[in-house]
Amino acid sequence: MSKVLKIENLRVGIDGKEILKGVDLTIREGEVHALMGPNGSGKSTLSYALAGHPNYEILGGSATLDGQDLLEMEPDERAKAGLFLAFQYPTSIPGVTVANFLRHAVSNVRNPDRKDGEELISMRDFRKEIRSEMDDLGMDPDFARRYLNEGFSGGEKKRAEVLQLAMLRPSFAILDETDSGLDIDAVRVVSEGVNRVAARVGTGVLVITHYERILTYIKPGFVHILFGGKIVEDGGPELVTRLEAEGYDWVREKYPEAARDEETLESSPAH
Amino acid sequence: MATDLNAQVEGIKDEYKYGFHDSEANYSFKSGKGLTRETVEQISEMKSEPGWMRDIRLKALEVFWSKPNPTWGGELSELNYNDIRYFMRAADRQGKTWDDVPAEIKNTFDKLGIPEAERKFLAGVGAQYDSEVVYHSLRDDLQKKGVIFTDMDTALREHPDLVREYFGTIIPTHDNKFAALNSAVWSGGSFVYVPAGVKVDIPLQAYFRINAENMGQFERTLILVEEGAQVHYVEGCTAPIYTSESLHSAVVEVLVKKGGRCRYTTIQNWANNIYNLVTKRAVAQEDALMEWVDGNLGSRLTMKYPAVYMTGKGARGEILSIAFAGKGQHQDAGGKVVHAAPYTSSRIISKSISKNGGRASYRGLLKVADGAKGSRSNVVCDALILDPASRSDTYPYIEIDEDDVKIGHEASVSKIGEEQLFYLRSRGLSEGEAATLIVAGFIEPLVKELPMEYAVEMNKLIQLQMEGSVG
Repeated sequence: MSKVLKIENLRVGIDGKEILKGVDLTIREGEVHALMGPNGSGKSTLSYALAGHPNYEILGGSATLDGQDLLEMEPDERAKAGLFLAFQYPTSIPGVTVANFLRHAVSNVRNPDRKDGEELISMRDFRKEIRSEMDDLGMDPDFARRYLNEGFSGGEKKRAEVLQLAMLRPSFAILDETDSGLDIDAVRVVSEGVNRVAARVGTGVLVITHYERILTYIKPGFVHILFGGKIVEDGGPELVTRLEAEGYDWVREKYPEAARDEETLESSPAH
Repeated sequence: MATDLNAQVEGIKDEYKYGFHDSEANYSFKSGKGLTRETVEQISEMKSEPGWMRDIRLKALEVFWSKPNPTWGGELSELNYNDIRYFMRAADRQGKTWDDVPAEIKNTFDKLGIPEAERKFLAGVGAQYDSEVVYHSLRDDLQKKGVIFTDMDTALREHPDLVREYFGTIIPTHDNKFAALNSAVWSGGSFVYVPAGVKVDIPLQAYFRINAENMGQFERTLILVEEGAQVHYVEGCTAPIYTSESLHSAVVEVLVKKGGRCRYTTIQNWANNIYNLVTKRAVAQEDALMEWVDGNLGSRLTMKYPAVYMTGKGARGEILSIAFAGKGQHQDAGGKVVHAAPYTSSRIISKSISKNGGRASYRGLLKVADGAKGSRSNVVCDALILDPASRSDTYPYIEIDEDDVKIGHEASVSKIGEEQLFYLRSRGLSEGEAATLIVAGFIEPLVKELPMEYAVEMNKLIQLQMEGSVG
């Protein structure tokens, strides 16, 4: 039985303002979905809400991972349940090396019953594994000794996110604007990394983007358009082609009510 | 998350695993509480000291009485000098081997891991228990090279000329109230002498343990590093938890002669009922290097500002300070560098963490004297505040009397970031583990300056301070 990430009528607000107004989305393991939409449509809100960011308020609806209620879980429990969010803007943690951080993360995610202070995964096994993953991603071994995201270039940050994805082997991964700020070569390397992990682990992937570029490398079977806080169109790759050719104007014309909401949302914080 | 984090921080227990104590029944001598001229005379007599030392003590006592408590720094109004015992003898003689040490005391040091550390990675060990040093050792090869590492009382008996020449020259009795107090009632502490050109390549360690209640521990340490010599001295300290206060007031004097190097590392982990009021000062002569690595995790109140006076051309001073203030603690720490010669350079790096209502202050003095041309100094102090109940202050004092200098000063205060916590938690780390990792990262730049064994210990202590954050 493959696992399912199921989002039903999800409504999310921030600072008292409703951003997501009833989102429905179902992703099975192994599937690749793309969530597209113009700026301010609520894409990042969806990813933060699913990962459990404390600033986002759940106003209604549900999100389950294989039947478990995600919304009741702490962020770390969601990670242990098999959810992974590749951040658009990963924060830096000075003084904490990539390796030390990931060793903690891997120890917890692979052994969800581990308590604080209990033994970590063996250094030898961990080192072997991280080296091999970094090698696959074309990363220098010294990278593991750098402080997490501290002074990383845009490309290094995204590569580090994919390295974490590879090490944590989640059932579901949300890639939040993983292509933003990257040149075309970096998009390719990062995308290949995602594809390799997804193929190996069977991860279900949700690619959030407002550009088509990354979707030429990570090919979605399902495409959704988020607009004004709702998914207004579901389809296949043909939706990507249409957006590429026509932009979002036809969406605005087709859904005038959501377009009005879009204007009011413009003044709200980005995420 | 703000409220979650508050709740978490509220829940942090200040676990202290060194809080056990031994019975005081076997002590061979306890002074009465309070400080009189007779107490001081009695200490001197019990140690069979020469008259000149007795005179130093008695004069110092007058200075102590004449000076008021400092009005800056921490809250001293609850410290009652009349409630303290100023001298206690727990063992009648000092052990050369651990088997010579009374079983109960040896057992305490076993629990603290001292004999084990000695076997593994130390060149010499001194262990002080309340007023006196109960065990001392130094590796044979270093003894043969003329290195002296003993307790101060023994040094006064066996090397009176050296002690008399330098005692109180770097920190005079009248320097401050606590230096005067120490000079009056000092007992124990280390005496280190490293002959010219001798390099002591692995650390000497002194361990200070307060066992008795209402105890005053006043160790007096003097380190003399001759020309081109090198030494690394490490001290650790713990005490049982009592409901009433104890006082630890040390004086540490260090002289590093031309081209010599001294590193002095402290891992202070007193129980939270100890007033830790310490004066530490080093003189670095021409091209000498003095480094203070000062970790303050314990005590109720610490007031300590290790100093380097650079008196010779090209001398260097470095002070790395880590302070962790938890519930009911005030760490008033920092450093003092005085450039009194040309082309001297100094660096102060201070990192403080406050949590659960704790208060950490950085207090620093940078002074460049007229004529100290071409000198440079860099001061960086960073504070991390873990919750809204906690506090951090910075008091940097800068006095520059020379134009041809390069001075840098940076200070930052940050709160533990919600985004950092969320990022780590989204990777499966619990809130407590995430906070611990962030704190460990914050002090990493200093911890990596410690020898491996101490870096491990420091990380463990930090972990312990952060523990209990969940559930």
